Amino acid sequence: MLISIEHVGHTFDAGTVRAHSVLHDVNLTLTEPRIGIIGHNGSGKSTLIRMLDGLILPTQGSVSVDGFDTAKDAAAIRRTTGFIFTDPDHQIIMPTVSEDVAFGLRRSKLPKDEVAARVDAQLVAFGLKQFSDQPAHLLSGGQKQLLALASVLITDPGLLLMDEPTTLLDTRNARMFGALVADLDQNVILATHHLHLLADFDRVIVFDEGKVVADGTPSETIPFYDALMEN
Amino acid sequence: MRSSNLGLYQPGNSWLHRLPAGAKLATLVLFSAGLIFAQRSLIALATSIVLILLAYASAGIGPRLIWWQVKPILAMAVFIGAMHALTRNWHNTAAIPMMLVSLVMLAALVTLTTRTTALIDVITKCARPFARFGVDPERVGLTMLLGIRCVPLISGLASKVKEAQIARCGVFDMRAFAVPLIISAIRDADAVGEALIARGFDD
Repeated sequence: MLISIEHVGHTFDAGTVRAHSVLHDVNLTLTEPRIGIIGHNGSGKSTLIRMLDGLILPTQGSVSVDGFDTAKDAAAIRRTTGFIFTDPDHQIIMPTVSEDVAFGLRRSKLPKDEVAARVDAQLVAFGLKQFSDQPAHLLSGGQKQLLALASVLITDPGLLLMDEPTTLLDTRNARMFGALVADLDQNVILATHHLHLLADFDRVIVFDEGKVVADGTPSETIPFYDALMEN
Repeated sequence: MRSSNLGLYQPGNSWLHRLPAGAKLATLVLFSAGLIFAQRSLIALATSIVLILLAYASAGIGPRLIWWQVKPILAMAVFIGAMHALTRNWHNTAAIPMMLVSLVMLAALVTLTTRTTALIDVITKCARPFARFGVDPERVGLTMLLGIRCVPLISGLASKVKEAQIARCGVFDMRAFAVPLIISAIRDADAVGEALIARGFDD
């Protein structure tokens, strides 16, 4: 999967007194299966990761995913892309666990039996089978994020975008979630503050004040980021 | 009150659970219309409440869960009854609250014994004839779904805001409660909308 980010900038509330820029002339070509994005709060990483799914459009420059421009073909991009948000409560739509996993297949035109079989297999794979008929909002934080992941992956996206998915999790659940992500077949772009999740990633990009300030392997960029945070 | 039990599906295998969602919704509509005529007779209203309670029992739903469905509207039922006592007659004082409680219990019985997906499917099918007038049936179903989904979400937000307020001031103040609740609800609605787009429901 080829992602091309060319001269991208973004200003929220552009043209108003509240205007504030979060990204400045970002140029990146992303091809690696595992890419991490790190940076302090407000550095622009969440804005960038939303741009890759067309949830936010650049006010300058362009973003294309697999040849599709996010400004023109966002729906086509979203058909092959999954997004995991920080707070799973925002992305769990259906009242029960099994219904939420099935939600992604509502427009798939698959027969009901096929949908039920896929949902069942997904619940087993993610260890959620025993909660199948339980209200989704009563799960623990870790289980909810697991459900969000199961619900997104049931559509078998080629690319998984994740915006700080472990921020609300405790250490154990964050590690468990990281191990699960490490085993996925999908290409992953992960914005996070939990640097240990990125140890085996192919590439890590560091953002500061809306700009790329470091780009390389985890062993090159994470120490740079640590030093940046010390200052 | 536990918001989790407010009209949310309770797994089961009773005849009511197995009854198709369309049949249950049609019964709800017909029974609700019948209650308007039944309000002329307190005996008919009392009989309808007994029938609904029997239906709850046959679905394996106990008194605790029934209480959670009725509790949120009790204050309103008492208020309406009191208004009728002051302005109308004793018959309405008893009949209108009884009708209100019956309707809520019946509607809750449908949602407690029917998966939300099945309800949404029926609503989507019912909206299909309106597609020729530009109505998107999927969107109608989704709107209903989000309404149902918001019950525990808003309830959870209200609890958090109330806790924070009591922790900071020690007392409950309606204005200080409402403002952060509305702001949080709008912010959450934005986030849910973004998640829906990300899950492909704006294609």
